Amino acid sequence: MCDTCGCNLTPGNRHLAFKPVAPGTTAVSVLKGLLAKNDDQATHNRAHFDRRGILAVNLMSSPGSGKTALLEATLTALKDEFTCAVIEGDLETENDAERIRALGVRAHQIVTGTACHLDAHLVHDALHQIDLDGVDILFIENVGNLVCPASFDLGQHLNVTLLSVTEGDDKPAKYPVMFRAADAMLLTKTDLLAVLDDFDPDKAEAHLRELANPAPVMRLSARKALGMEAWLAWLRSELAAQRARVKNGQTRRPAIQPDGQQLHRARA
Amino acid sequence: MHELAVAQALVEQVESVIRQHRAQSASLIRVRIGPLSGVVAELLANAFPLAAAGSRMEHAVLDLVAAPITVRCETCGAQTEAAMNRLVCGACGDWHTRITSGDELVLESVELETAPTLAPNS
Repeated sequence: MCDTCGCNLTPGNRHLAFKPVAPGTTAVSVLKGLLAKNDDQATHNRAHFDRRGILAVNLMSSPGSGKTALLEATLTALKDEFTCAVIEGDLETENDAERIRALGVRAHQIVTGTACHLDAHLVHDALHQIDLDGVDILFIENVGNLVCPASFDLGQHLNVTLLSVTEGDDKPAKYPVMFRAADAMLLTKTDLLAVLDDFDPDKAEAHLRELANPAPVMRLSARKALGMEAWLAWLRSELAAQRARVKNGQTRRPAIQPDGQQLHRARA
Repeated sequence: MHELAVAQALVEQVESVIRQHRAQSASLIRVRIGPLSGVVAELLANAFPLAAAGSRMEHAVLDLVAAPITVRCETCGAQTEAAMNRLVCGACGDWHTRITSGDELVLESVELETAPTLAPNS
């Protein structure tokens, strides 16, 4: 985040900007986001994407909700339309990157070891390992985890959060930090709804709205090719929006920091 | 959990404040945390001594100030408190709200031990 534009000041902390000085010590007001270093790196990553006109999309969900399957179906569907690239994050194995490469799409695997989330520095290092020439959309598949990834800006423009119907429809209420950060929520594996009697898609959407999140909710099954068209249309319109922003020298932060979004214009 | 990563970022920031002000050490570090930041105060408090070990803030008091969750309604304009997973307007119930407090994770202030005062001549 920045130290100059005052975006760290909120109505909640503004009154604390000046502190009385105790004898023998100096009180220094800082008012800097704790993750400022990560956010600086994320801003750098985003500028890198914007310079190349790339739309960067961060996919988050619990493990096993179908992020890689969604990517496989999406990349196949968009093959003749756009050039895509993928950064995969997992604790171990190259498995997911290999699945993507099998489709003829550029992929780089970040192996985090024990880290439960990607951060902007890991993504920056990955960007040096992957050829971004001619890329229209970069997908970043975060570590499967509904907690930690939500707190780290990677430099993406959009957060897409997946919720598979084999989980619970109250997941947005249980993991509010994650679902509040979503720019789109995808209900995945909807072909299984026929055999599940305890997942109500409308309830899942209502829980998302209770987080004051207006994000579109799309219901799809990547494996059975159901509902994919709405998702692909959303990606197309977001890529068009990104190109328009780049043209106007603007950028977009993901929903993690909705207030900062208005204050951060790309500086030419 | 990611609180250790956050604690390490905190230590780096306080270290740079100490350096900028040419101080000896930090005696008090005040951090404001909202529940919607995704960082748990108790876990951060546990991680801090690990991250601060051997640094110029290892004896500092870490004061974690809990920020309440408040939202402003875009429909009726009311500012009300809200629960973490129910960020709707407390007055009219509409979900078109904006968070005004509760998602922050901010190093608010640091108290520094400045250069030791010269011992009075006896």
